[in-house]
Amino acid sequence: MSAAQGFSLSHLDALESEAVHIFREVAGEFERPVILFSGGKDSIVMLHLALKAFAPAPIPFSLLHVDTGHNFPEVLEYRDRTVELYGLRLHMASVQDYIDRGVLRERPDGTRNPLQTLPLTEKIQHEKFDAVFGGGRRDEEKARAKERVFSLRDEFSQWDPRRQRPELWNLYNGRHAPGEHVRVFPLSNWTELDVWQYIARERIELPDIYFAHYREVFNHGGMWLTAGGWGGPKSGESVEKRQVRYRTVGDMSCTGAVDSDADGIEKVIAEIAASRLTERGATRADDKMSEAAMEDRKREGYF
Amino acid sequence: MNASTSTTGTTGTTGMSGATIDTLRFATAGSVDDGKSTLVGRLLHDSKSILTDQLEAVAHASRNRGQDTPDLALLTDGLRAEREQGITIDVAYRYFATPKRRFILADTPGHVQYTRNMVTGASTAELAIVLIDARNGVVEQTRRHAAVAALLRVPHVVLAVNKMDLVGYEEKDFQRIVEDFAGHAAELGLPGFTPIPVSALVGDNVVERSARMDWYRGPSLLDFLENVPVGTQKVDAPARFPVQYVIRHGELRSYAGQLVSGSLRVGDRVTVHPSGASSEITGIDLLGTESEVAFAPQSIAVRLADQRDISRGDMLTTGVEVPALTQEVRAAVCHLADRPLRVGDRVLVRHTTRTVKAIVKDLGGASELRANDLGRIGLRTAEPLALDDYAVSRRTGAFIVIDPADGATLTAGMVEL
Repeated sequence: MSAAQGFSLSHLDALESEAVHIFREVAGEFERPVILFSGGKDSIVMLHLALKAFAPAPIPFSLLHVDTGHNFPEVLEYRDRTVELYGLRLHMASVQDYIDRGVLRERPDGTRNPLQTLPLTEKIQHEKFDAVFGGGRRDEEKARAKERVFSLRDEFSQWDPRRQRPELWNLYNGRHAPGEHVRVFPLSNWTELDVWQYIARERIELPDIYFAHYREVFNHGGMWLTAGGWGGPKSGESVEKRQVRYRTVGDMSCTGAVDSDADGIEKVIAEIAASRLTERGATRADDKMSEAAMEDRKREGYF
Repeated sequence: MNASTSTTGTTGTTGMSGATIDTLRFATAGSVDDGKSTLVGRLLHDSKSILTDQLEAVAHASRNRGQDTPDLALLTDGLRAEREQGITIDVAYRYFATPKRRFILADTPGHVQYTRNMVTGASTAELAIVLIDARNGVVEQTRRHAAVAALLRVPHVVLAVNKMDLVGYEEKDFQRIVEDFAGHAAELGLPGFTPIPVSALVGDNVVERSARMDWYRGPSLLDFLENVPVGTQKVDAPARFPVQYVIRHGELRSYAGQLVSGSLRVGDRVTVHPSGASSEITGIDLLGTESEVAFAPQSIAVRLADQRDISRGDMLTTGVEVPALTQEVRAAVCHLADRPLRVGDRVLVRHTTRTVKAIVKDLGGASELRANDLGRIGLRTAEPLALDDYAVSRRTGAFIVIDPADGATLTAGMVEL
């Protein structure tokens, strides 16, 4: 470089540095942080950043998976392999348990995403987690666009968007009372494309379902859902084999696959760069319920 | 220039991974009805950053409200209360990119009671767009937005004179407003600004240069945003490295943090604040890669020649320009919370990675500061802080005041040495 004038980071390096800074802030300020880990790409990138932030020491956090009971087997396999590989501790909060105990009731539409809030909140309270890392990004959704990096939650995990702390410079305020916790979003400023470019640059392994493959799907409400034990397809919906990939990974009952021949990471990046749909718009039934569906779920403690 | 390729190992990916693209963080501010949401919507729309499903959602929501055309303000007004009241309450962050640059936009509400939101957006912004209605010229809120940009030392200010279509694209109207604003800017200590005549509604000078204002020779707004020099850290600035966390692994002790200014090299002598101890850097870890040198704003971990008692909240520095070590803090402030700040209040001060107790000694002659007040403060802290003037560093010259009772963020402070 041309000596003494200036230096600037590439956008991926700047995002990485910012995220690592956030992880280290939490390690320095909190007693019991936990990373929400679903085996989806955003949580995988979070874990990768956390590993880099504390290397060569192990990460000072455990993982928490909110299990809807409608998981893609490829994702569970990835999750378990990752936990084993890095010697991590995995906590589980199970929606199925709550349904079996009669605390939660299955929704008529079969969607379990909104049911995750109670098991998550009770696990946070029970384990006394004081910081909970989520992979949420502000570019995903209009309510998330208003989210802080450090977001205070009361003992019911509720988010009050009108009473958020101003967040200035990179001075994150994590003070909270006993019983309260802070949701932390290290990927706040990343876009979907940034996440994929970073995955490519760092050569991060992902579950196979993110890449094009042939699968038996059926059309439900305009989205390709995977047939399976969670209840689909209903009568009148026919199963067909299509080449698809998943752009997001969530509960099987409300996460749609997209038609795609992107079988490698560069093809995925090209596909996203050319896409005229947002990832949640293309793949999530739960956000289509109403104009403020995500805000309402977040207020109640969703991630 | 792109020095990151050689120092952080970002080579080896395709052009698509965008390794040489940098990011501009900018904030917008305007009074009610200046057309800020329209401008933002136009910028996003014309740079093809709004996707089909987002447009459909906006069109659908607009129809529900009885509007014939999509209301682009609904793109950024994401909260239920904002949509119900038709106003922007909170800072919304938007992300878009052009082939030249990646942008993070903090879209901040213009209402006077929400000055704190502009302060929030401006704190990390390298450019602020102050929007004016060409028919109204400089109004009280314009002055306030300029004052916040000056106070927060946002490096670049664009004065976007909007609704030029409604004044017949007249140069004299534009010039009159620019001269008026220049007078206020000088008074407020704003070092400079770039005026651009636009019509957000029609699209003049937003993305493309307008043929309707041939008297204007400057760039379009997007053109300026794409080319303004930003994000460059001075390599020869004194190094400031607040320790965030101590990484312990076997015998290894390394000090993790984000280098906030200057550079560090293996072999550099460093001073530890506030203890005053000194040591030598024996190794630098760039997130898994050993390096001889690191630059701001990289997140790194450094190893030192001797075992020192160093922990979170300490700061390592190099060079002769050391920060001021003091328990008497003087600063310009913006009060953010609804509860007032009063002389005698016991508070916490958060500066870099250090949080200390403090007492409010004076408020520059005022007895209290209320929400959105700009003022001055004198604080006495329980322990010394290593401070730089905010004019020198927006990172080591900034602090927040916290209410010890409930942890609320009360006030933003900009150190005046």
